[in-house]
Amino acid sequence: MTVPLILVIAMVVLFACGFTLMLDRGLTRILLGFLLVGNGANLMIFLMSGTFGHAPIAGESTPEEMSDPLPQAFILTSIVITFGVSAFLLALIYRSWRLDREEVDVVSDDAHDLELAQTAGLPLEEFTDAELTESSDFDDDGGDSAAAPVPHDGPQPDGGRR
Amino acid sequence: MNPSALIPLIVLVPLAGAAFALAVPHKARAQRGITLGALGLMVLIAATLVWASDVHGTLVMEVGGWAAPFGIALVVDRFAALLLLVSAIVLFAVLTFSIGQGLADGDEETPVSIFFPTYLVLAAGVSEAFIAGDLFNLYVGFEILLVASYVLLTLGGTGPRIRAGVTYIVVSLVSSVLFLVSIALVYGATGTVNMAQLSERIGDLSAGMQLFLNVALLVAFGIKAAIFPLSFWLPDSYPTAPAPVTAVFAGLLTKVGIYAIARTQTLIFPHSSVNELLLWLAGLTLVVGILGAIAQLDIKRLLSFTLVSHIGYLLFGIALNTPLGYAATTYYIVHHIIVQTTLFLVVGLIERHGGSTSLARLGGMLRTAPLVAVLFFIPMLNLGGIPPFSGFIGKLGLFTAAAELGTPGAWWLIGIGALVSLLTLYALARAWSLAFWRPRGEGATPTGVLARLQDAPDAAPQRESRGMPKLMVGSTAGMVVISVLLTVFAGPLVAYSERAGVVLEDADKQTSWYDEHRVDREITGDGSKGDHGAEAPTPTAAPAGGTEDPS
Repeated sequence: MTVPLILVIAMVVLFACGFTLMLDRGLTRILLGFLLVGNGANLMIFLMSGTFGHAPIAGESTPEEMSDPLPQAFILTSIVITFGVSAFLLALIYRSWRLDREEVDVVSDDAHDLELAQTAGLPLEEFTDAELTESSDFDDDGGDSAAAPVPHDGPQPDGGRR
Repeated sequence: MNPSALIPLIVLVPLAGAAFALAVPHKARAQRGITLGALGLMVLIAATLVWASDVHGTLVMEVGGWAAPFGIALVVDRFAALLLLVSAIVLFAVLTFSIGQGLADGDEETPVSIFFPTYLVLAAGVSEAFIAGDLFNLYVGFEILLVASYVLLTLGGTGPRIRAGVTYIVVSLVSSVLFLVSIALVYGATGTVNMAQLSERIGDLSAGMQLFLNVALLVAFGIKAAIFPLSFWLPDSYPTAPAPVTAVFAGLLTKVGIYAIARTQTLIFPHSSVNELLLWLAGLTLVVGILGAIAQLDIKRLLSFTLVSHIGYLLFGIALNTPLGYAATTYYIVHHIIVQTTLFLVVGLIERHGGSTSLARLGGMLRTAPLVAVLFFIPMLNLGGIPPFSGFIGKLGLFTAAAELGTPGAWWLIGIGALVSLLTLYALARAWSLAFWRPRGEGATPTGVLARLQDAPDAAPQRESRGMPKLMVGSTAGMVVISVLLTVFAGPLVAYSERAGVVLEDADKQTSWYDEHRVDREITGDGSKGDHGAEAPTPTAAPAGGTEDPS
């Protein structure tokens, strides 16, 4: 089977841009990235239909001249799914933005991860107050706001991931 | 009556139930009734399918009467039927638990009009994935259950749930796209997505191409099943959801991924060299998961890590690629779904009674809630593999299968598996003794740093103890009883698993229905050759030289 180079290039660009955007912390960018990646995948399915031909409608042309209809059915299904998921993501982004307006809509850190990463050793039976205050990692953070899992100035966004 | 006719119902009943439940958003009682009825019906259908697939062999439903490679085939063999039944039971038990919780709390945490329909859609998605006879249908099943799980995970839309939900959703989206791309590649290379036809055609591809397709599918499923390098998302996202939601996710969602891996490895790539890799991934998943569990202070997190760890056992059985290995996996998957769900339900009770799930906080519950202590103790021994519980039987089966295979890798895995089973017991026993045995009041109150991390489960303000409704305790106790019944009825169940394992191991046995149908077609002069290349009535442009892919 032969595939048009221009479509392959378009697919590659869609995937590259999409995954780059999805690696961002901004939720809106993640959504945009997902849309691009979804379209890239659709294009890829389309390319897999092999040689292109006439519309696969009975009576319009002979079966030999038709395109393969199955990938088109796949694409249709996947577009619908992408659409639904995007709508859900938009609602999620809006909710996330409503929850903390002063911060931008970014993926927040996992407080429990931060806590675990910054607690020295395994505080179990010896889980005492003295030990906690001793762990020096914490004091560098400064105690800005009590409720903020992500420090506003974001000193170490990767601190929670070890 | 032809029992195959029941297959579509296992998806249609919950979907119809979801529609009806959505139609009466303000009548909580009606919604509960519809949901209970739909899931109860699912249990009955699944039980019938288990019986029918055991008596009649693999059941096939070709939707709309279109024959297999062109139409959509729904296939239920013993393995799928058993998983359907266990899922239906778990869904039913967790539903009664959440109804009990909802009644007690006045639905403060769960927006009632959304919860039940979404829960039913999740049930439909799980069933759809189990009965799918082609890869694209499997993808649709995954999407149905994933979208439902997005909604359930972010239920209520509180800060921590949105945070956890974002991680989960983005990871799931990536895995879905990878799955879709893999399907595109498979279709490009073979010209079909029907698994039975795939198993015939895949042999024509070059070894490198087969390996590539296998790994592509494995990565997509591996994310869903939470296999070690791809398991990072699970302990982050599960614990924040409401207790019943976490329980049902832990029980079912990862198992759907494992089911997909088992299907592809047995049916499409039966002699894959990837199995050796899977063996090592299983070992790593076991070890890394359980080490994570030991480090945790929060019971929900601890259990999430044991969940990841025990996925390793399931993968272990699949990687052995012997009938015994698959039989052991079948039994183990049943055991694991039931026990892991039970443990999460018990944690829901602990959370209500103790006001927290942090081991730094809980204490003295043996005196105040002895029943919960027992309900946690039994599944704990079970998951840790103490005889005579089903965890022991499952692990014994796996180790026997591995010893029979006798490769060095298999022996290593036996050692790792035994060690991890002890470590599981250690992690859970530690949790049990801290939460139940330790005198009350020994736990540290959060000060300093911990008090600042308000969002952390360990540091969240401790809620006061709330009563445990009978329905919640009852459904949890019911699950514990079922987990014990897995031991009582181990004989028939293991025999059934062995019959399922024999079918699973042999790709020809799995596709026998397809071959029979093809014989029928040839007799009736339908024109479908079933041979590659020479294509049949509809213009399925199977690209013959599909090994050259543009990727």
